[in-house]
Amino acid sequence: MEYEVVIGLETHAELATVTKLFCGCSTKFGAEPNTQVCPVCLGMPGVLPVMNKKAFEYALKAAVALSCEINNFTNFDRKSYYYPDLPKNYQISQNYHNLGINGYMDIIVNGSVKKIHIHNVHLEEEAGKLIHSEDSGANYSLVDFNRAGVPLLEIVSSPDMRNVNEVDSYMQTLRKILLYTEISDCKMQEGSLRFEASISLRKKGSDKLGNRVEIKNLNSMKSVIKAIEYEAARQSELLDGGKAIDRETRLWDEVNGKSARMRSKEEAQDYRYFPEPDLLPVLIDEKWLSTIKSSIPELPLEKKQRYIESFKLSDYDAGVLTEEKVLINLFEECVKIMDRPKAFCNWITNDLLREVKDKKLDINDLKIKPKQLASLVEIIEKGTISSTIAKEVFSEMIQTGKEPQKIIEEKGMAQISDEGLIESVVDKVIANNPNVIEDYKKGKKNALAFLVGQVMKETKGKANPKIVNELLSKKIVDIN
Amino acid sequence: MSLKLLEITAHQLKEKLLSREIQATFLTKKLFEWIKEIEPNIQSYISLNEDEALEKAKEIDRKIENGEKIGLLAGVPIAVKDNICTKNIHTTCASKILKNFIPPYDAYVVKRLKEEDAIIIGKTNLDEFAMGSSTENSGYKITRNPWDTERVPGGSSGGSSAAVAAGLAYMALGSDTGGSVRQPAALCGIVGLKPTYGRVSRYGLVAFGSSLDQIGTLTKDVRDAAVLLQVIAGKDSYDSTSVQIPVPDYINGIDASIQGVKIGIPQEYFTNGINTDVLDSVKNALKVYERLGAKIVDISLPHTEYAVAVYYIVANAEASSNLARYDGVKYGYRTNDVRGIIDMYSRTRSEGFGNEVKRRIMLGNYALSSGYYDAYYLKASKVRNLIKNDFDAAFEKVDCIVCPTSPVPAFKIGERANNPLEMYLSDICTIPANLAGIPGISIPCGFSKEGLPIGMQILTRHFEEKKLLQIAYAFERETDFHLKKPVLKGSIA
Repeated sequence: MEYEVVIGLETHAELATVTKLFCGCSTKFGAEPNTQVCPVCLGMPGVLPVMNKKAFEYALKAAVALSCEINNFTNFDRKSYYYPDLPKNYQISQNYHNLGINGYMDIIVNGSVKKIHIHNVHLEEEAGKLIHSEDSGANYSLVDFNRAGVPLLEIVSSPDMRNVNEVDSYMQTLRKILLYTEISDCKMQEGSLRFEASISLRKKGSDKLGNRVEIKNLNSMKSVIKAIEYEAARQSELLDGGKAIDRETRLWDEVNGKSARMRSKEEAQDYRYFPEPDLLPVLIDEKWLSTIKSSIPELPLEKKQRYIESFKLSDYDAGVLTEEKVLINLFEECVKIMDRPKAFCNWITNDLLREVKDKKLDINDLKIKPKQLASLVEIIEKGTISSTIAKEVFSEMIQTGKEPQKIIEEKGMAQISDEGLIESVVDKVIANNPNVIEDYKKGKKNALAFLVGQVMKETKGKANPKIVNELLSKKIVDIN
Repeated sequence: MSLKLLEITAHQLKEKLLSREIQATFLTKKLFEWIKEIEPNIQSYISLNEDEALEKAKEIDRKIENGEKIGLLAGVPIAVKDNICTKNIHTTCASKILKNFIPPYDAYVVKRLKEEDAIIIGKTNLDEFAMGSSTENSGYKITRNPWDTERVPGGSSGGSSAAVAAGLAYMALGSDTGGSVRQPAALCGIVGLKPTYGRVSRYGLVAFGSSLDQIGTLTKDVRDAAVLLQVIAGKDSYDSTSVQIPVPDYINGIDASIQGVKIGIPQEYFTNGINTDVLDSVKNALKVYERLGAKIVDISLPHTEYAVAVYYIVANAEASSNLARYDGVKYGYRTNDVRGIIDMYSRTRSEGFGNEVKRRIMLGNYALSSGYYDAYYLKASKVRNLIKNDFDAAFEKVDCIVCPTSPVPAFKIGERANNPLEMYLSDICTIPANLAGIPGISIPCGFSKEGLPIGMQILTRHFEEKKLLQIAYAFERETDFHLKKPVLKGSIA
């Protein structure tokens, strides 16, 4: 039987605020456990939450960027469930009046645009983290509340995706939107961007949705894809065998590439939502909303399209370039200084990304300045250094942030254009390679390239190749 | 020291301290002696703060000696209900589950008391988590009414009320979710003020029903209520529901004339079910008001009959959520020898909470559960609005509303303990003000045939505490019910 796979995603993104959602504690990642806590985020008796305005504005920005309808009235609800990492045993979230509803996001799959509807966007607080003892016999777990109360944005898509390519494009595009709007740092390895998938199958052509299975514990975009593929195959096998699909929540096991039941529909929690009495409703007026709207930058798809059209970049290059905020900033600043989009694009998409990969550099921690890359391109055009030497210079630039000119001077890398100096080397090479000269005379034209190589070797690559070529050709002809 | 010194009000005491007639240190020592004698019969405190209180008293004496600037409550011994957080002092909410809890921070109101140089004497008993109307639901002790130790002091701020009535504190802070300041004030013959919701920060008040809770004052007279409110009122950046409206001067002008003030008498509060001594006392009080030039107007608050039902849905729903955090993970009581997290939760909570608290958590969770939310919580919220509208309509016609505070004077210990429904009706006159968020005060207005104090409740519009205090003060000045004290057995007396 052929089935259609129906996929929806829930995305959680930690917002890039300096302080938590309801108190003044730091949100910085990686601190010693329980050092970024206070009575409020520990849920001590008697404490009250106070809304972080910045966090609210970030969430609002996300809702606007995802083309949501924004109500002029929104408020918060308590979502109740017991878990040791949840200090109050309820999470302040939104249920009855979400910040944004009925939005959409365009994704591109195989060159065509598809609209994925966004069911809702809302703001809530993050939970803490359980630390299980490494000793398997331990009868306790520890709790780190540093993360508890960090502002968390939840984006719920409609079940509009039909295959993993669409899911991949959705995740990539959403990630870029969150990065472009500077709402979240989207560091999946730090858990600041997380996905949960819900999957159901139905007969091709049917418009009735099948029973839905939710998958949690997806730690990377790759595991999202793998888990969906696994789940689609699992459900398909069950259906083919005449079995029904249980509505359930499953946990993905990355190591074994499998999922297992976490809880069935019957065990589903009753969250007992009710309006949070400790926070006032938020009224969003036109003026505030238009300020937020005007703060939204050019979004990923528009930007990529502009790169292709205005800078004549290839679809692929424009895609790579618009992947990361740092790359975009570097590229756009460079183009402002010097109108050489193709050259800058090549340096960034080829050399820079290769260096980052080979040397395992943090892309957000590169030292190179736009002005420096522009002057490197200028130096190459002037012929001061060859393109081979330029790659060496560039490698040092991105790690040290030194001016290219300085690197060239320090290392004596400048091109030798002194004809007299080059001529003496050329003479030496000719004298040392009588056999090659003979070959050349016999018509082996590539013997010239060998001789040029020898001259470059002698000059450690610094001789101006144009002059070397000219001199060699002339001399060999003279020998004739 | 004469008993007289223990009977005077806080504002009278402050004058004596300022004129150096007595010293704060002397007074504080004497007070603790009195507490040691009398407290075993009253049981108003859960913990005493003697060392810190004496330290603070010394500091105040030094300040007065040196002519330094002193606070509004300088040298006044104050008791704090044990559901209000005090840094480094146990805050138990009269619950076993918080037996060992020592807050690392001060509630906003406690911070204000300290800033105004008050002396915190100790933490007073209450019904566990403020759930009750008799202080019998405490996980530690039953507080007794100083007027008759066989009877309850009311609740849930029974410890604070009994302490003030018995001279074991000059003033006290309480909390009022459905009448927990006004009702025990009435039963103990003192003044109990519940400010407008949002007038006093709730930061540090351990939440029961968050949309209803308000910190209030328990004092010997109306002027003291004005002084204490002056100290604790105002916007606090840690409580989003506290309001930015400027705090007026409650003290100056408290003696303003009430000539022409229109007093509304809601027929729904003067029906059967109200004790005849109570009805008579309140009716006599109205005659005093008429003599003072006030106009008595009959009004109706038609949705009053739904108030108790609405209250027990809303308050319990919020409570079930507010009390979810007591799970043994972070602070307070944790059961022993647990087998897994569910076992730890259920045994910690089963052993830590008392029956009344468990009953309310279950009722609250039920009202919020899937499929019942609309029928209970949402419906109750809508009826709550109707009750609010009743008051708005009434205040179009009158300046204040007067009615009994409690349908009965103090009842016997154990009399209602096994009948929760009857107990819930103790707050029938006070609950509507919490649902509407308006301020209310209970002041002494008479005595029953058995000699038990009777309280009268006055209500005004939101944020009209100044007018409320003026109307209350006008009555108090004309009468001496507030001056009568219970007879207590003690060698100092």
